[in-house]
Amino acid sequence: MRFNVERIRTDFPILNREVNGKSLVYLDNAATSQTPNQVIDVIVDYYRRLNANIHRGVHTLSQEATDAYEEARIKIQKHFNIAKSHEVILTSGTTHSINLVASGFSSYLSKDDEILVSAMEHHSNIVPWQMLCERTGAVLKVIPMNQNGELVMEDFHKLISERTKLVFCNHVSNALGTINPIEEIIKASHKVGAAVLVDGAQAAPHIKADLQALDVDFYTISAHKVCGPTGVGMLYGKEFWLKKLPPYQGGGEMIAEVTFDKTTYADLPHKFEAGTPNICGGIAFGAALDYMNSLGFDDIAVYEHELLEYATSELLKIEGLKIYGTAKNKTSVISFNIEHIHPYDIGTILDKLGIAVRTGHHCAQPIMDFYKIPGTVRASFSFYNTMEEVDVLVEGVKRAKNMLL
Amino acid sequence: MSIESIQNDIIDEFSMFDDWMQRYEYMIDLGKALPLIDNQYKTDDNIIKGCQSKVWVHAELEDDKLVFTADSDAIITKGIIAILIRAFSNQKPQDIIDANTNFIDQIGLKEHLSPTRANGLVSMIKQLKLYAVAYQTQLN
Repeated sequence: MRFNVERIRTDFPILNREVNGKSLVYLDNAATSQTPNQVIDVIVDYYRRLNANIHRGVHTLSQEATDAYEEARIKIQKHFNIAKSHEVILTSGTTHSINLVASGFSSYLSKDDEILVSAMEHHSNIVPWQMLCERTGAVLKVIPMNQNGELVMEDFHKLISERTKLVFCNHVSNALGTINPIEEIIKASHKVGAAVLVDGAQAAPHIKADLQALDVDFYTISAHKVCGPTGVGMLYGKEFWLKKLPPYQGGGEMIAEVTFDKTTYADLPHKFEAGTPNICGGIAFGAALDYMNSLGFDDIAVYEHELLEYATSELLKIEGLKIYGTAKNKTSVISFNIEHIHPYDIGTILDKLGIAVRTGHHCAQPIMDFYKIPGTVRASFSFYNTMEEVDVLVEGVKRAKNMLL
Repeated sequence: MSIESIQNDIIDEFSMFDDWMQRYEYMIDLGKALPLIDNQYKTDDNIIKGCQSKVWVHAELEDDKLVFTADSDAIITKGIIAILIRAFSNQKPQDIIDANTNFIDQIGLKEHLSPTRANGLVSMIKQLKLYAVAYQTQLN
């Protein structure tokens, strides 16, 4: 067997538990991924053996914790093929990363500058830019999408101009699973001198992005989407931009010298890492990437694609079921509804059957408005899910449909 | 009938069910049978916040009793409101204010009582009681 899912599942203790008397079928991986023993052990070991504040202590524990934390930064750097380790800023997650950049750009935008944002963004990649526009008078323009949930690239090329200063797009849509053509977006944006931030939160569990090859200006991810803990993530920024942007938060760690007259800021990456960071989380983030790499992203992608194809064809056999997001290029996410049934009702019945899915607008209300629906049921598959679990989902949806119609 | 005896009736009915399936099927039936709210009251003002599905509740005083009508775009949510309305509608505002809601727990819907749960049962109960407080003030 090329991809031994049964063996991989033994790494994840939570997959053995029961919910409502049934074996858990966890299909909410786009919200958060589960944690393997290899990462749990690192977290436990940190508090048992290593816990100390970093970067400032002269004592051995502090040195060891600092080494482990900085080693994690190097792991993240290598994973994303980032040129310099100080271009990796450790944050509390994607939302923090995006807000850091949005805040930094306040001083570089003026009235009538334009910001382009895709129609399929998560609220965390819409609201900070709206706030930025309010502060600066810049104008937010939206790259539209079509019925399949793909960006309309002809419109993008018409929208982008010399006035465009920033472009934001997710690598993969959380609500639809669409993989966006970010290479094309980055190239066209750079031609007019605009910087590009790609939100990689939903791509990271499926795609190993080469950030130097992409030539992207900013890339953000959250560790908990890639089998790591919550509360930690990455902002990648090109050195040029990170040097140019002002610090986001003031505090300890981010300073070089402080007097009451003037403070000089620390060098990168510390300039953007005020206060005591999530040390354990950062170290576990590194361990999580190690774990994913030990499985291999190519094999993960092939297997998840098989899950997606099988689940899509089985679900579509259910009469009245409609899938939202049918892009040619998509990750293992299926957003769907059944005619005349509210997604919340389906989610409630599935939960009773031990099946965890997400229901609602998935923090992407503009997408729901586009399709004129209140929300969807979203089943998102990970490499540790099985074909049998797809069958359980399909049976569950059929049962819910019978009860609810 | 007093709120308490209606609640006891509901507890009796639910005690006949062996498993969650039957309980939910019953709730779904109740939801389908719920008298709909008059369309003119399905306004944004009458939407209860905190629900993943939309819930509208309207209250009207008939003589000295408060009558609730409601609707939701999700059927299980509608079933839950149907149960609440059965317990609290057509009662005196003060009795609604004083009523306790332990019966929800006893009919096996405790999971819906969590304030963080997206269906907003807690918000619904709060809204019904708020209406009662408002009308009680009017009566005074």
